[in-house]
Amino acid sequence: MLSIPCPWCGPRDEPEFLFGGEPAVRPVPAADVTDAAWADYLYFRDNDKGPHAEIWCHAAGCGQWFVMRRDTATHAILSVRKPGEPA
Amino acid sequence: MTARRLSQGGRIDRTKPLPFTWHGTAMTGFAGDTVASALLANGVKIVGRSFKYHRARGIFGAWVEEPNGILDLEYNGAHDPNARATTVQLQAGMAARGVNARPDVDRDIYRGIDLLNRFLPAGFYYKTFFPNWHRYEPRIRAMAGLGRLRGDTDARHFENRSALADVLVVGAGPAGLAAARAASSAGLSVILADDRAEIGGSLLWNDATIDGYAGIDWAAHALVNSGVRILSRTTVFGAYDDGAFGLLECRATAPTGWAEDRLWTVRARQTILAPGAIERPLVFPHNDRPGVMLAAAALNYLRQYGVLVGDEVVVATNNDSAYATALALREAGATVTLADVRPALPDVAHAAQSVGIRVLANSVVLNTVGSGGVRLVDIGPADAASPRDATMRVPASVVATSGGFSPAVHLHSQSRGKLRWDESRAAFLPAGTVANQHFVAADTLAEAIAQGHGAGIAAATALGRTVTIAPPTTPTAPQADPIRPYWCVPIKGVRQWLDLQNDVTVKDVRLAARENYSSVEHLKRYTTLGMATDQGKTSNVNGLALLATATGQTIPQVGTTTFRPPYTPVTLGALAGMRHGALYAPWRHLPAHAEHAALNADMREYGNWWRPACYKRPGETAADAIQREAAAARRSAGLFDGSSLGKIIVDGPDAAAFLNLMYYNEVANLKPGRLRYVLLLRENGVVYDDGVVARIGPGRYQLSPSSSHTAGVLAMLEAWHQTEYPSLRVALHDVTSAWATFALSGPDSRNLLAPMTDIELTALPHMAFADGTILGIAGRIARVSFTGERSYEISVPASYGPSLWRALLQTDATPYGIESLSVLRAEKGYILIGTDTDGMTLPDDLGISGPLRAKKVDFVGKRSLTTPDALRLDRRQFVGLLPLDPHAVPHVGSHAIERTATGVRSLGWVTSACHSPALGRSIALGMIERGRALIESGGEVELFHLGKTSRAKIVSPVFYDAAGEKLHG
Ligand SMILES: [Zn+2]
Repeated sequence: MLSIPCPWCGPRDEPEFLFGGEPAVRPVPAADVTDAAWADYLYFRDNDKGPHAEIWCHAAGCGQWFVMRRDTATHAILSVRKPGEPA
Repeated sequence: MTARRLSQGGRIDRTKPLPFTWHGTAMTGFAGDTVASALLANGVKIVGRSFKYHRARGIFGAWVEEPNGILDLEYNGAHDPNARATTVQLQAGMAARGVNARPDVDRDIYRGIDLLNRFLPAGFYYKTFFPNWHRYEPRIRAMAGLGRLRGDTDARHFENRSALADVLVVGAGPAGLAAARAASSAGLSVILADDRAEIGGSLLWNDATIDGYAGIDWAAHALVNSGVRILSRTTVFGAYDDGAFGLLECRATAPTGWAEDRLWTVRARQTILAPGAIERPLVFPHNDRPGVMLAAAALNYLRQYGVLVGDEVVVATNNDSAYATALALREAGATVTLADVRPALPDVAHAAQSVGIRVLANSVVLNTVGSGGVRLVDIGPADAASPRDATMRVPASVVATSGGFSPAVHLHSQSRGKLRWDESRAAFLPAGTVANQHFVAADTLAEAIAQGHGAGIAAATALGRTVTIAPPTTPTAPQADPIRPYWCVPIKGVRQWLDLQNDVTVKDVRLAARENYSSVEHLKRYTTLGMATDQGKTSNVNGLALLATATGQTIPQVGTTTFRPPYTPVTLGALAGMRHGALYAPWRHLPAHAEHAALNADMREYGNWWRPACYKRPGETAADAIQREAAAARRSAGLFDGSSLGKIIVDGPDAAAFLNLMYYNEVANLKPGRLRYVLLLRENGVVYDDGVVARIGPGRYQLSPSSSHTAGVLAMLEAWHQTEYPSLRVALHDVTSAWATFALSGPDSRNLLAPMTDIELTALPHMAFADGTILGIAGRIARVSFTGERSYEISVPASYGPSLWRALLQTDATPYGIESLSVLRAEKGYILIGTDTDGMTLPDDLGISGPLRAKKVDFVGKRSLTTPDALRLDRRQFVGLLPLDPHAVPHVGSHAIERTATGVRSLGWVTSACHSPALGRSIALGMIERGRALIESGGEVELFHLGKTSRAKIVSPVFYDAAGEKLHG
């Protein structure tokens, strides 16, 4: 059970959070994107072993989404940032 | 010949006798007994039958390591089919029985299976019964297994708790006590958890002097006034991320009942693991006979419970520790013979010899003899090649054995700590450290105290604090002679048991190695070694050492299997805590819930909402009521409570732009005061929800998602707003519970409602709304219909809901429930998301394709609607189905099938079906391949359900008032 440092609320237990998966960049304008590129955006994720960016929502707290970098091999949390903040 | 209770000694209270029964026979124990110690004290030898061979088994250990003593226990109406005899505290009135035996453990009818053991080697079931396991499984399962559930509901009360601590100390033996004492002296908050009822760990049975006191007295006083929070009878069963640990507190004496377990989640900044060690046995021929037990367990029964396990005892060991058992049993009056596999007698042997213990070097047990328990023990040289090499036969009812100790590294390993094989101690020990954890793996009391105190200092230092007390002191003990690793007697052709609970022998391990299962993980799965409820606490190290021997590897090369939580079994009820029944999820009630109840509504759960399914009149079935209510709504007027329908306010100057990005339909051009039916798609194009959007003002909308989707829609919009379009100025909030909303539907609805409101209803076209008063209450009336009839949705603040409902009921409108609405909407071909649609349904499949063509701006899911898959011509499409038999209602889920040369193919399925009161016949809706073309051509399909077939005509899904005259009139 991770202790996740919500960028708004501070450290809270993992069950308060919703996992949103890897952030995917929406290709725009979507109408001009090839089928393959659209499928890549919808379905394909890197699923890295090691440092990995994820989006999480503090659903049972402030309700805010944020980006968390986490090591998927050790479960160590490397950093969190609000959406739009520099990485 | 059996174990017996001594007249004095032990930590039991002889003034408090506790009656209990064993297979119905009345027995007596004392307060402080475990079920196991009470059974031993009453002379019970056989406590169970083994899992596979149904061999008689007796108490082997004294705590969590016990492989045999799994009992069926009843107390105060509570039932535990797999209670562990060694850890359950005896209570007055307990009824205990052995498991896996019929009619009882002494006369088990399946005991003959053991004669077949030669034909039941490791892997027997895999080799023999696959791939047709399903045919044999019921009978094999009936013979195997442990306790049986009674099938009733567990009425016991469980709960969950959370706690934070600076330091969590696991284990209240001398090391854990020294650690907790040091850490608390530094001003830190400390939780000390120990699985026994009494703190002290090995001090409960070992001789010790600490700070000048007897060890157990020191233990009782070490933490007085320290502020340490002591959780006794609490097992730390799992290590999780970021210092989180799972604890199971077993409240044996909980005032509300028996064994009501409490699950704790403790998150600690520093953790000190001082779990102690578990003894493993020597492995020798016929070492599973009742009476063979661990040497430390025999000492434990004597010192803690005043039970002498036998008057004639053979102690078999490869290390010094068992001499303490031999000396204590001798002092209690037993005749003791000690066989030590080490070639030369250790120093400690002289003390044993001086009190009359016969000590034999280079000796081991070569056989045990006896029916239902050990009676005679053959002893011979440690390198014997045959049982006939025995040099003496000793009468004894107990063999107390020690093969060394395995420190309980489980939590360290669960925390991803590495292990190393320590040659000198013949044990796996932590290699390196885990962040914020300190492990105590001491071999002697002095080491335990020193390491425990040191761990307390290390934890305090890591948290910037200082320990202010000196470590406890203990006299220096003489140096022990080294252990001699000895994994089994080198005799073949006789059974030597490794895993008593899963019936795994030395031969099984050799067979696995011969069949190339050379990895320890394969060995475990092939032989089931260590896979029983005791998780191989006494057998794993012996098993992997034998695998190493059989495969020519070293023990470090073989390594251990992965330790995973839980350390000991965790009650499922404790995991669930209070999250079951009414507390599983919050129930939501409509504002007029009491009014529905007063009408005798058939209340059912829809999502989290309790809603009227229908309003049964006396003598009516639910099906009758549904038909009557639906017909009334079409004939005159019906009244429906739609308060659970979602209401999400979208506010802000960019509200129109944001919603246009979210919804399939155009909503930016919606005029204030108007409503629009809309679909919300996922980015993959699949329809997630449908609903109605109302434009309240230029920068203000109200969304009405489906009742069960409101939270999901809000979460989805929030996610898109926050992550993709944060620059758009909108705010979202759910106001569902602020409003009561009732629908008055049917040809008479306008006439019934008009006298109650100042809103001019004739000026309100379909899909428009107006604010005004209803019976003087400020509210809103929206003309929107889920029935296909002229309908008005009346919304007032929730607190006025009950009175408005009662007033509307006075109009003689017929109240109708959600099941009746479902019939009305099916007659109109209105979809129900999640019923008529699934995770593959695109808008065009529902015949809703206008927005894709007309809407110029991008929206969520748009690009997915032009992929090759979305444009396939053979997609399933939403259709109506008219069964050829108008009295037969097809089963929802029936497949429409096509017979081909090679078999049968599904064309789709029925999604909704009912009897239509408006049409006077059965109707259905479904998703059928190329459905719209079949409507055009007037096609028929064959429906298939559980072997029966029927036929239906494919028609438009709108069965009633296709022109919409009723709706708009
Ligand atoms: Zn937060």
